[in-house]
Amino acid sequence: MKYVDEYRSGAEARRFIAAIRRVVTRPWSIMEVCGGQTHAIVRFGIEELLPPEVSLLHGPGCPVCVTPCEILDQALALAGRPEVTFCSYGDMLRVPGSDGDLFTVKAKGGDVRVVYSALDALALARQNPAREVVFLAVGFETTAPAHAMAAHRARIDRVRNFSLLVSHVLVPPALAAILSASDRRVDGFLAAGHVCTIMGTDEYERLARDYGVPIVVTGFEPLDLLQGIHMCLRQLEEGRAVVTNQYERAVGPRGNEAARRLLHEVFEVVPRRWRGLGELPASGLALRPSFAAFDATLRFGMSAGAAAEPAECISGLVLQGRKRPTDCPAFGTRCTPDSPVGATMVSAEGACAAYFRYRPRSARDVV
Amino acid sequence: MCLGVPGEVLSIASDELRMGRVSFGGVVKEVSLVYAPEAAEGDFVIVHAGFAIGLIDAAAAARVFAYLDALGEVLPEEPHP
Ligand code: SF4
Repeated sequence: MKYVDEYRSGAEARRFIAAIRRVVTRPWSIMEVCGGQTHAIVRFGIEELLPPEVSLLHGPGCPVCVTPCEILDQALALAGRPEVTFCSYGDMLRVPGSDGDLFTVKAKGGDVRVVYSALDALALARQNPAREVVFLAVGFETTAPAHAMAAHRARIDRVRNFSLLVSHVLVPPALAAILSASDRRVDGFLAAGHVCTIMGTDEYERLARDYGVPIVVTGFEPLDLLQGIHMCLRQLEEGRAVVTNQYERAVGPRGNEAARRLLHEVFEVVPRRWRGLGELPASGLALRPSFAAFDATLRFGMSAGAAAEPAECISGLVLQGRKRPTDCPAFGTRCTPDSPVGATMVSAEGACAAYFRYRPRSARDVV
Repeated sequence: MCLGVPGEVLSIASDELRMGRVSFGGVVKEVSLVYAPEAAEGDFVIVHAGFAIGLIDAAAAARVFAYLDALGEVLPEEPHP
């Protein structure tokens, strides 16, 4: 596939590895922010190829993983209602709430649909005027413009049986929280390329300045990640801390202005609870009051109960790069992708699932 | 949900959502190009959750390799078997 295969070349990867070995003189910890990057790093065994001085910490950028349990509980309650057709991206179906998952509700006869796009959910609402169609709107800055467009079209076209259960999160506040920790372990970040495709790099300039941390906007293929690591190490070794852009083919400095405009028209910034990280100020998006008619929690009078996360799951620490999935006693035994205890074992972008799927093989492949 | 994939724009309709057909290595999907107003047939776009979120800049795409060449790094010896 064009713009994919050429960034997976083994020969070029070996040249990058050699360059990384040459640039590094002491230990550094670099966090890749996005779950898609974690997935590629583990799948291609990139960590094992790096010199021992370089550790990669896996960050909080997996939307499936950070959606809090109480949102899942609201989703389960809505999906169980007889008048509701509940629409979600496929990877949310297996995420455990306090009592079961969406898949279980579906198996019990709930009308739960997997959609590719929020527009598919809106189309279902138009086709089934007697049903209440609810869309589970989760994700980072990358999916928010898509969900904003669905709400915007629903309002213009007066689609009255469509609503969104919104639990959107924003990347920069999570990075700030990780950087503010007293025992901060992160020396540099590989920022999530596609989030910056939408948002541009302004907020990251501020983080780099305030916390003295280099941030490299990075893509998702092996050569992207290796170049991002090299760019980050070079700054660390030279004592610099600025934002640079490895992923120039998809990220301009100003981001996508049309997408951002609609995002801000539909959503406002609110405090959000993150699974594993707790509540972070100004770290999420909710529908603005002008879109209240499309807010599923208001339409169905749902209260936001607090739900406890499974006690033995350490995914909160995994999402902050403080623990590895393999440090968890449940990993691979009581917790597997077929029977996940925590959300980081559900999504392909979750660190626990990526380790479970690829780690034995990639560790064997190391020369 | 969060994986962005590059695809080639095959056609674009003139509706308000700029729905288009985008090919991902032969797999064709219906995608909204409303956030990629400058995209035309034959362009490559990054698609996320059914929306094109940006165009791929072909000149910038080659810079990964230019960066590597500028490092002057040659292919290391194959590791010993
Ligand atoms: S292995 Fe399972 S229980 Fe342990 S941290 Fe990962 S998701 Fe949680």
